[in-house]
Amino acid sequence: MTETTATTELREPPHLSDATPGRAQLGRVGDFLLRSILPLVLAVGTGSIVLVAIGVDPIQYYKDVYSGGVQFAAWQDSLMRVAPLLLIAVGLIVAFRAGIWNLGMDGQFLLAAAVISGIGSRFEEHLPNTINLVVLFLIAGAVAAAWTIVPAVLKARYELNEIITTLMMTFIGINLAQILVKGPFQDPSTTTPQTRALDFSALLPSIPGTESSTRRWPGVHVGVVVALIAAFVVWFLLSRTSLGLRLQVLGASTRSARHMGLDVPRLIIVTFLLSGMFVGFAAATEILGVKGYQRADWDPAFGLSVVPLVFLARLHPIGVIPYVVLLSLASIGGDYAAQNAGLTPKFTLLLVGLTLIYMALTEWIARRAELGGSYFPGASYRRQRASGTG
Amino acid sequence: MTSVLAATDVFSEQALTALVAGAILAGVPLMFAALGELVSQRAGVLNIGLEGMMLMGAYAGFVAAYHGGTEWLGYGAGLLAGAGVSLLMVLFCVRWGLDQIVTGIAITLTCEGATGLIFEAEFAESRPTLGAADKVAVPVLSDLPVVGGKGESNGSIFTQPLIVYIGLGLAVVVAWVLRRTHMGLNVRAAGDAPGALDAAGVSVFATRSWAVLFAGAMAGLGGACLAIVSTGLFQDTIVGGRGFIAIVLAMLARGRPLWAILGAMLFGASLSIADWAQVAQINISTDLIFMLPFLLVLVVLVLFGRRAYLPAALALPYERGSR
Repeated sequence: MTETTATTELREPPHLSDATPGRAQLGRVGDFLLRSILPLVLAVGTGSIVLVAIGVDPIQYYKDVYSGGVQFAAWQDSLMRVAPLLLIAVGLIVAFRAGIWNLGMDGQFLLAAAVISGIGSRFEEHLPNTINLVVLFLIAGAVAAAWTIVPAVLKARYELNEIITTLMMTFIGINLAQILVKGPFQDPSTTTPQTRALDFSALLPSIPGTESSTRRWPGVHVGVVVALIAAFVVWFLLSRTSLGLRLQVLGASTRSARHMGLDVPRLIIVTFLLSGMFVGFAAATEILGVKGYQRADWDPAFGLSVVPLVFLARLHPIGVIPYVVLLSLASIGGDYAAQNAGLTPKFTLLLVGLTLIYMALTEWIARRAELGGSYFPGASYRRQRASGTG
Repeated sequence: MTSVLAATDVFSEQALTALVAGAILAGVPLMFAALGELVSQRAGVLNIGLEGMMLMGAYAGFVAAYHGGTEWLGYGAGLLAGAGVSLLMVLFCVRWGLDQIVTGIAITLTCEGATGLIFEAEFAESRPTLGAADKVAVPVLSDLPVVGGKGESNGSIFTQPLIVYIGLGLAVVVAWVLRRTHMGLNVRAAGDAPGALDAAGVSVFATRSWAVLFAGAMAGLGGACLAIVSTGLFQDTIVGGRGFIAIVLAMLARGRPLWAILGAMLFGASLSIADWAQVAQINISTDLIFMLPFLLVLVVLVLFGRRAYLPAALALPYERGSR
């Protein structure tokens, strides 16, 4: 590798410099259509075939998804679902950009949710509402971030594979959340294992103008705005600050990062903490904005279904927003459509999985046709490590 | 006085037998899946799709056993279904060198969606269950107290469905093959130094493909066991993270099958202790017992982190001639 290529790689994010020849061949629009739209279309197409096979009219089903996700104030639910999904996506983007597989998001999410739904009802008596909400948000972020410390330190110090450790922390976290909900945070007034519900006035306020006449629900909570701000902050952080550049370098090649004199262990820990923090915020929006309490058996398992979106957006925190909106619509509307068609809401999950499979297929075709670009910026780094001493 | 009576009840032969039987019932599906994952990991392919393969195996196994009327048809179907799903992994990750983690997550999500959907469409009203699987009592040994289990509803170590013994035997065979045969050496080389294996004239792609197929088949069989032996029914939450637990167990076993069995049984035991404590009305949180094995492992990892071992080329696609 010559001096010049090394410097261009440093100046540009590695996955973008990978993509340069492809952009020239395919053009921006073609590239977008191929990578960001085609997998979705193929997944919906395959999903329709599956629906026909089990005797459901796909057109009616997708119509129901639309009406169940948008009409009759359902758009409120869909918009509110955007908040946790987007925050989790942002948390994953931070980690994935640095080449770190934080797969423990469900444990981080539930534990943070359990802690704030447990202590929230005790706090609300003592603090003014706004401060209370901010404090609870920060606590949720801190709890989820703390839950990544063990995998972070094990990876930073012993280069222990973070997939295994984050998965283990997820199991422990989910069980610990249940212990907390059934134990110290149990609502004394009921035998159902659940926390005391927060006072209605102690929940996140709604955005003015989002009230709906067809429903008593006050409106879309401000957690959505928080999530959007978070996406912009992370975009700025990743593309306009030195920390962002350092994360890119780490994600592209640990060896390069070391050669540049970066403090790799510290960088790994910072990445993990940031990633966990956003997952914690996601939990806060769901508890403080929608649920108000937590039942022991509640586990929305948002984590894995966000992964495809993050890659479809090629790890871009703002680019992921439309996909998150789409998934929110599909999951809220999917519940309704599935009920209408006498199915389980699992169909949405099937669509998400199929999208990911078609993305992999697209990736392969693009590679074969030498169109350049990649969903997986980490790929070049892994190839390097295969041949290196690493 | 009452507490003493309760304590003797809990440690009665019957209660202890139920404990052992429960551990095996919960441990065997995990054992199959972990065994498969272990071989796949040794060959350098991190199979995150294990959860999905187990689900597919559980579904296929259940349906085949239900319609075919025999558990063996179920095991066969589970095996084939798991292997079938892993073909996707072979194609994407081994042949085309795409990202293993992303493909694995795709497989898990798709299978979760597909099995839930198809099962609901087929059995929404009936929700059938299977009868108990036939048990084989080992002569002489099955008469022993606690571990014998003759005449107990769930058996014990020496009274179990044949598939349990087959699984244990298989683990020993896999351990021997990995360690002592040429084939095992090839598998290990595919994970540790694929370039060297290629240079020696053995196809890395073929070796890894077979390892991934084996992992899929084992995960499918584990899923079928879960549906046929452990629960006798199918529901969309039947696997409930066991695939991921098996991945962790395989990684913690550091490439040694017998450790994977031990881990699976330990985990099975903790699930069983939770039931046992509930029956015995010992006031201990089941959630605490579920998380204990992992907590233990994590403490060990933190203390002895340096000793963790994974194949050098794990999760790295092999590309001929690349440097």
